[in-house]
Amino acid sequence: MSKDIRIKRGLNIKLKGAADKILATFDPSGVYAIKPNDFKGINPKLVVKEGDEILAGQPIMFDKNMESVKFCSPVSGEVTEIVRGAKRKLLEIRILPDKNLKYVHFQTHSPSDLSRESIIQTLLDSGLWPFLRQRPYAVIANPKDTPKSIHISCFDTNPLAPDVDFTLHGLEQEFNIGLEALKKLTEGKIHLNVDGSTNPDKAFTEAKGVQINRFRGPHPAGNVGVQIHYIDPLNKGETVWYLYPQDVVCMGRLFATGKADFTRIIALTGNEFIKPRYVRTLPGAQVKPFLKGNLKEGKIRVISGNVLTGTTIGKEGFLGFYDKQITTISEGDQPEFFGWLLPDPKKFSNSRTMLSWLQPNKEYVLDTGMHGEERAFVVTEEYEKVFPFDIYPVQLLKAMLAEDIDRMEQLGIYEVAEEDFALCEVVCTSKLPVQSIVKEGLELVRKELS
Amino acid sequence: MKAVRKLLDNIRPHFVEGGKLEKFYPVYDGFETFAFVPGHATHSGAHIRDGIDLKRTMVTVIFAMVPALLFGMWNVGLQHFSALGISDSKDFWDFMFFGAWKVLPMVVVSYGVGLGVEFIFAIINKHSINEGYLVSGMLIPLIMPIDIPLWMVAISVVFAVVIGKEVFGGTGMNILNPALTARAFAFFAYPSWMSGDKVWVNTADGTVVDGYSGATILGNLASSGTTGSSYVDYSVAEMVIGTIPGSIGETSKIAILIGAIILLVSGIASWRIMLASTIGALTMGLLFNMAAPYMITDVQKSFMSIPYWQHLIIGSWMFATVFMATDPVSAAQTPIGKLWYGFLIGFLGIMIRVFNPAYPEGMMLAILLMNVFAPTIDHYVIESNIKRRLKRIKVVVQ
Repeated sequence: MSKDIRIKRGLNIKLKGAADKILATFDPSGVYAIKPNDFKGINPKLVVKEGDEILAGQPIMFDKNMESVKFCSPVSGEVTEIVRGAKRKLLEIRILPDKNLKYVHFQTHSPSDLSRESIIQTLLDSGLWPFLRQRPYAVIANPKDTPKSIHISCFDTNPLAPDVDFTLHGLEQEFNIGLEALKKLTEGKIHLNVDGSTNPDKAFTEAKGVQINRFRGPHPAGNVGVQIHYIDPLNKGETVWYLYPQDVVCMGRLFATGKADFTRIIALTGNEFIKPRYVRTLPGAQVKPFLKGNLKEGKIRVISGNVLTGTTIGKEGFLGFYDKQITTISEGDQPEFFGWLLPDPKKFSNSRTMLSWLQPNKEYVLDTGMHGEERAFVVTEEYEKVFPFDIYPVQLLKAMLAEDIDRMEQLGIYEVAEEDFALCEVVCTSKLPVQSIVKEGLELVRKELS
Repeated sequence: MKAVRKLLDNIRPHFVEGGKLEKFYPVYDGFETFAFVPGHATHSGAHIRDGIDLKRTMVTVIFAMVPALLFGMWNVGLQHFSALGISDSKDFWDFMFFGAWKVLPMVVVSYGVGLGVEFIFAIINKHSINEGYLVSGMLIPLIMPIDIPLWMVAISVVFAVVIGKEVFGGTGMNILNPALTARAFAFFAYPSWMSGDKVWVNTADGTVVDGYSGATILGNLASSGTTGSSYVDYSVAEMVIGTIPGSIGETSKIAILIGAIILLVSGIASWRIMLASTIGALTMGLLFNMAAPYMITDVQKSFMSIPYWQHLIIGSWMFATVFMATDPVSAAQTPIGKLWYGFLIGFLGIMIRVFNPAYPEGMMLAILLMNVFAPTIDHYVIESNIKRRLKRIKVVVQ
């Protein structure tokens, strides 16, 4: 059984700087870092100290709220620095890698021979578990839960997003082993949600024992939250898990080789890259080697992730655990003389008050400018145009601002996460910090109900 | 550009903390952000943002009102010289000049007083100036009769901004449309300046021609049941073009339609509200056409039997639908709610217009009434969404 779903509301923001489908090689040396901030809602507890020698796949910290969830090093080497911020908040655990990586060895097994418990245990021990996240709240899945289904979004509609087919090509075998393991984790279905407007890679189309759903339409059609909403909407008390294809490959590799090998292909995107390319790397890799000699002049923001939901990391920063691309855009901190009066053809707008709607296929070079100041909610029906849920976004946001948990529940908070509201934030005339409102709203509900 | 920047930078120290005029920072900020969109970069959430902001939105609405304003000025001149019987000897620029002479002071008073009050509230509340009044300030002169004294405009504006908006927390929080609040205030406080047949055409400096009446079409309909009077009968073409007496901006349906197209193409005004209001008005017009034979008085019979579609080109229905009902803050906020809201505005507006002889035009009251009911409409729309979600759980449980 499969479903064909057409998403009507949304917005594709076309930017210059998509990655060419070339896998570039870079100097692999450089520091790696685990950033606890990548993992929403955890309370990290370190198990290593500066100077420790560790193996790839060896725990570095665990979550005090769910002690079985461990976070492991992607490389072997020496823990060189533990960076803390205000109130001794743990920010980074930096690791200098060995020349030849040494791995913790886990038993190799076909997942179909293993019990659910031993699969969970292996994923927890190897540090691959945090790839499994859940809705509601978009936090790391609780190993004690049984989800009603598992969703894998097999395409990415974010601006300049990497081509998932390209990153998965030739990895069908590992992907299938990973799927076998996932099938044991749920009593429901595994949903592979593919791009209905293209011919997806055979890793997806030939996968067995899964439900393949085809989605067509603009961003956020590739967001797993939207996909769950259309296929299998989440009600109060239910849990759905989700992860991404390259994470499944990592899991497959773990069961096939016994190594916690986090290797993945990410895209270097954005107009400020001289040569936007794909590159094979590990989560937590420092981005310096990718930027060296590959960056244009000027004030540039380096983002781990995409321009809608990514994190600013700086030129010395590290790739986030969940991020699939590095984006560079120029900083837009210059005042604009009567910027509101004349329609500037360089500006992008989803409204038709500027000229951009006359050139729907134009690729833009956008900077980080706000193009205005924060105001009260005035314009209506703006969020609805880019928010393809059967949920009233403004009313839900107002309930979040009012910290009214009952109301949030009634209006459908369990189905959404920050990333689903990212486009609302982009198009907002009143320049409201929508994603942080959603984040705080979700945090509040999660804390109250757990 | 550099000179403006330099000037702003030079006076800035007086307004920032510790400066002599520290309290007036919102005023400085208002002017600075008017000249320069601040160079703020995104610091949380999405890294790129849409080019639109509230200033851009508001200025687009003002652009949409310009045709109605210009035609209004010209028509003020035309009506004035026609009433005095000397229009043949005057040309386009005479009309325009006379109209501008009468209308522009109202625009200046409206903006001056309204923005003044906004600035005062911004200083008291220490928040930045909101752009909402830029539109209200232009709307208010357009919905006033030409002969209203400027001090009445000023008092109406103060009432509208303070009671209509600031007491609720300013732009975005108001329940009633501020421009209509100003008009309603003037209407009930100074009825003799806001209705009747003397206020729509300026005849102050001369003697009118024999038998002249400055009544509006709706005034005639309410008193005699016909669109014209013994003095003049207005044709459909005149109603559409707008060479008729009325509030300054409401007469030309062509100018308003140009505005409507700007608002609809730019997507700022809700097409749902405009469409629904049209359907509502036509529905009520048709009902009246059907009910006309059963009426008792001849005036009512005759009023109700005017072709139903003419309600769209008489009075202020079109101006109110295009510029007033679509105010996003005071309208319903949900897409389905907007349909109900718009429909009821058109429906009730025409009903009040025909049934209540004390108010020759019903649109003002219909919109204010629906402003009050908009949250209720939204409430039911959202409740149905919540019920749909609850139903899903029940299905799962079974």
